[in-house]
Order: sequence, then C-alpha cells, then structure tokens
Amino acid sequence: MDTKRTTFNNRLLPYLLLAPQLAITLVFFIWPAAQAVKSSFEREDPFGFSTVFVGLTHYRRLFEDPNYLDALWRTAVFAVSVTILSMMLGLAFAAAVDRLARSAKIYTTLLVWPYAVAPVVAGVLWWFLFNTSTGLLPFFLERIGIRWDHDLNGTHAMILIIIAAAWKQISYNFLFFLAGLQSVPQSLIEAAAIDGSGPVRRFFTISLPLLSPTTFFLFIINVNYTMFDTFPIVDATTGGGPAQATTTLVYKVYQDGYVGLNIGSSSAQSVLLMLIVMLLTFVQFRFVERRVQY
Amino acid sequence: MVENRPFLTFLTHAFLILGFLMVALPVYVAIVASTHDISTLMSGPVPLLPGSHLIENYSTILTSASAAHGLPNYSHMALNSLIMALAITAGKIAISILSAFAIVYFRFPFRLLAFWIIFVTLMLPVEVRIMPTYKIVADLGMLNSWAGLTVPLIASATATFLFRQFFMTVPDELLEAARVDGAGPMKFFRDILLPLSRTNIGALCVILFIYGWVQYLWPLLVTTDPGYYTLMMGMKRMVTVQDGVIEWQLVMAGSVLAMLPPILVVVFMQRLFIRGLTETEK
Repeated sequence: MDTKRTTFNNRLLPYLLLAPQLAITLVFFIWPAAQAVKSSFEREDPFGFSTVFVGLTHYRRLFEDPNYLDALWRTAVFAVSVTILSMMLGLAFAAAVDRLARSAKIYTTLLVWPYAVAPVVAGVLWWFLFNTSTGLLPFFLERIGIRWDHDLNGTHAMILIIIAAAWKQISYNFLFFLAGLQSVPQSLIEAAAIDGSGPVRRFFTISLPLLSPTTFFLFIINVNYTMFDTFPIVDATTGGGPAQATTTLVYKVYQDGYVGLNIGSSSAQSVLLMLIVMLLTFVQFRFVERRVQY
Repeated sequence: MVENRPFLTFLTHAFLILGFLMVALPVYVAIVASTHDISTLMSGPVPLLPGSHLIENYSTILTSASAAHGLPNYSHMALNSLIMALAITAGKIAISILSAFAIVYFRFPFRLLAFWIIFVTLMLPVEVRIMPTYKIVADLGMLNSWAGLTVPLIASATATFLFRQFFMTVPDELLEAARVDGAGPMKFFRDILLPLSRTNIGALCVILFIYGWVQYLWPLLVTTDPGYYTLMMGMKRMVTVQDGVIEWQLVMAGSVLAMLPPILVVVFMQRLFIRGLTETEK
C-alpha cells in the first residue's frame, strides 16, 4: 500500500485521526461478527444462564434442514433472476441512450430516479399494482386467463419480489453500462462503420465485448444487492410467505434470530452469509485490481 | 452517431419512451391512487385518471391518519428520517476523510492493520450481523436513541477508499510547499485538502443522504418508541393491518411523500450523484 513521497512526522496525530472510525468499526462491526462466529458454535440454555460448546452442530443441522436448503436455492433463483432482468433492461436502455447523443441527458434523467426509491416503497408500490382486489395487473392478467394470487401461490409471490427488486436496480445498471459504452473508442466504431457493419452488428461485435469488465462488475454488485438489500421488499410485501416461498437467506436470519430467538442457528446462518459476501467481495476486488493493471 | 439512420433513431426514441413509461408505471399508479377515496379503490382496478380527493388524502396523512396505526404523525416521521439521513451523511464523511488523511499522509506503526480493519467493513453489511450488533447496541443502552440509530451505520470503507484514492492524486508539491511555509498537518488539511475535496464531498453527500433516507431494517430493530419512527417504518406499519382494509389511498399518498425528497436530490444533483456513484463503487 502506497503513501506520499513526503509525509508528516507526528507520533500521536494519525492515531487520533483514525480513532473515531476504528472505534466504530471495532465496536459495531468486528466485535459483533466475532460474536456471531462464537455463538454459532455454542448452545445457550433457555434462560441464558449457561452456554455449551457444540462444535459444528448448528451448521450440520442447517445442511440437514430442508427449510434452509430451500431458502438457499430460492435465494439463488431470486438473485440470478433479478440480476439478469435488471442488467438486460439496463443495458438495453444504455445502448439506446448512447445512440442519441443530443437527447441523452433528458433520457438519463428520466431513467435514473428509481435508484432513489426506498426498497420498502418499491415493494409496496408493486404489491399494490399486483393486489388481487384493487390492483391493475391482476385485472389484465385475468383477461388472458391467469388468476393472480400471490397470497396463496408461491411462484406468484416470488415473481412479485423479483419484479420489485429488479425495477429498483435497472437505473443503477443503466448508469454503469452507459458510462462503459461512452468510453468505447469512437475510432473503432467508425472503422467498423466504414467496413460496412451496421449499428446492431457493431453493438454485438465491438461494444458488448468491450463491456465485459463492466458486466462482470455489475453481476457481482447485483448479486450482492439482491441477497442483502432486498430485505425491506420481502418484509413489507410477502413477509417471506406464502409457506416460506419468498424466505431468502437474509430474511431467514432475521426470522430465526430476532423473531424466533434461535440464536445459535441464526448465528451459524450469519456466518455462512458472511462467507458468501467475503467471496463476492474478494472476486470483485481481484477483478478490479486486474483491470487497473491493463 | 456514425451514420444517419432516421428510422433507427425514431425506433430508439420510441423504445426509450416506452421504457420510461414502463419504469414510471408504479409511481404513476401510486399518484393516481392517492387522489381517490377508498371506496373507489376497493370497487375494482385502480382508475387510470386522477380523482378529486387529492387535498383530502394528503392533509389526512399529514395530520391525523397515522395515529390509527399507533404511529406519530407523518411530518414527525419525515423529520426523523431527515435527521437520520443527515446524521449518517455528516458522520460518515467526517470520520472517513480524517482516517483517509491519516492513512495517506502519515507513516506510523500499525498503519496497514488499521487499513485492513476498515477494509473488512466492506464485507459485513448490517443485514449479515443483525443479531450480535443489535445485542451490542442493547448492552450499551443505545436502543431508542439517535446514537443507536445512526452510529452503527456510520463506519464506511467505501467513503474512506474514495478519499484515499483522491488524496493520492493530489500533487506532492502542495504538501512540500505547505511544509516549507511551516504549515502543520491540520492546517494543511483544513486550508488545502478540504477545499480541494469539495466536489468529492458533495458527490458523497448525495449518495449517503439517499442511503440514510432509505434505511429500513436497522431502525426497525433499534427503535420501539414511536417517537423515533422513520418514514420507512411507517410505510410498513400502514400496510400491516390485522383485520379490516388497508387504506390504500393513504398508503399511496405516504409513498409519494416518502419518495419525493431522495428523487428530487437525484434529479437536481444528477452530476454529483453520478460522480459519487461511479467513484465510490468502483
């Protein structure tokens, strides 16, 4: 890690400057994370008087628990669907805006604001649109023979949260894809145009391959977003139901720990989630580092 | 554009307008629904044109409606959201800029260790360590307090990295000149570094304000006293009705009001917003 060529010589000051951030990080990040790891290996008696070391019991139980395995699978389905849906739409909008140099700014403004909508509000808005008695969409779905009911049908509930989560994320992907497209060298595009390839072909043979680092970066960021930041969407709309059909991993940690007070299992689930985030962050950083060296 | 293809340009415009309409649909429906009374909403799909109860619904939500759900009134919750968002923004920027300054402009033992401790926070979103963090805040007696609501959300590795990256691009000559002139580290920080960082700070403010405004899970856990409820918690309470009907016209009016401030920030601060986003996340 690099510093400046010249630096200040001061013994105490740097520690004072770092103190606030380090204090908060140690108290509210490192310590709780260590506690989670510790209590994932322990069982507490119902009155909280004593704890016993139980080794990997909580972890073994989790992997034998069909509910947990279901949640794991559902989270993967949810994360990948939201990521693909929002990235495809984001890319399509970015490609279109990139073509229109003159009105690009207006369209960017028109498309960028959903980023600022709180996840819980996004959830409530789509819930209302899909509401069985008052909603607009079930009314149209009925006409093509689909009886919409996310209160009873698990697949419908999952589709509801996928749409709400993807809707909020389109603008983010759009911005990054647009930035990526605008940095594609104009000379390449012009050379291809002179050789007679049309705009669609140029997009698929030149722009898209050059966007692959952005695409990869966005994929990781989006998976991260869907796994962790979508808690409010699930909580305010389906509440994990019906019959756990929309209980994602994060929601289950909350349910088992805060609502169900099953500390050991909830901690083990937290630790597994931390491992997932670490893996995602690691992959992302390795990749960013590589790209910097280009 | 390399060549002129009017038809393709027309298609592109059409696609973007269609896309915008699709993206805006839920918000349009929310605005329309917030102008009708409940009996209109319950008697079939939402009308596509605004009704005549706009003023009535918005004044109800701003003055009395929330009491029915055990909520403080709406402007009180909006004020709480604002305090929380501003406190998180100011706090994050203050501690990150100081620690980035320490890491870049000083050489001291344990510098690398400090850097890594901060780095690790990137990997520990609050959702992952809910229970133990909640327990610590409870043990420290910080439940139902502004400190409990904001401080645990303040440490931020991304903001520290952004400042660190920016400081690395500041020419060394500035520091040398400042030292020749006899300026100490804090004077250099205040008179040279801080003014140079203005745009970065502005960009971060936009991003962090939105981050603070939309917080949901954390306030839900640490506040049981309605006096501290934020808008996002109010939203959830209003749609969790045990028996009886959800007052959709008020929920939608509430949603519109809760969306407004951050959307305005994004639309009017677009340049800063995009800068903050692309630079913090990369």
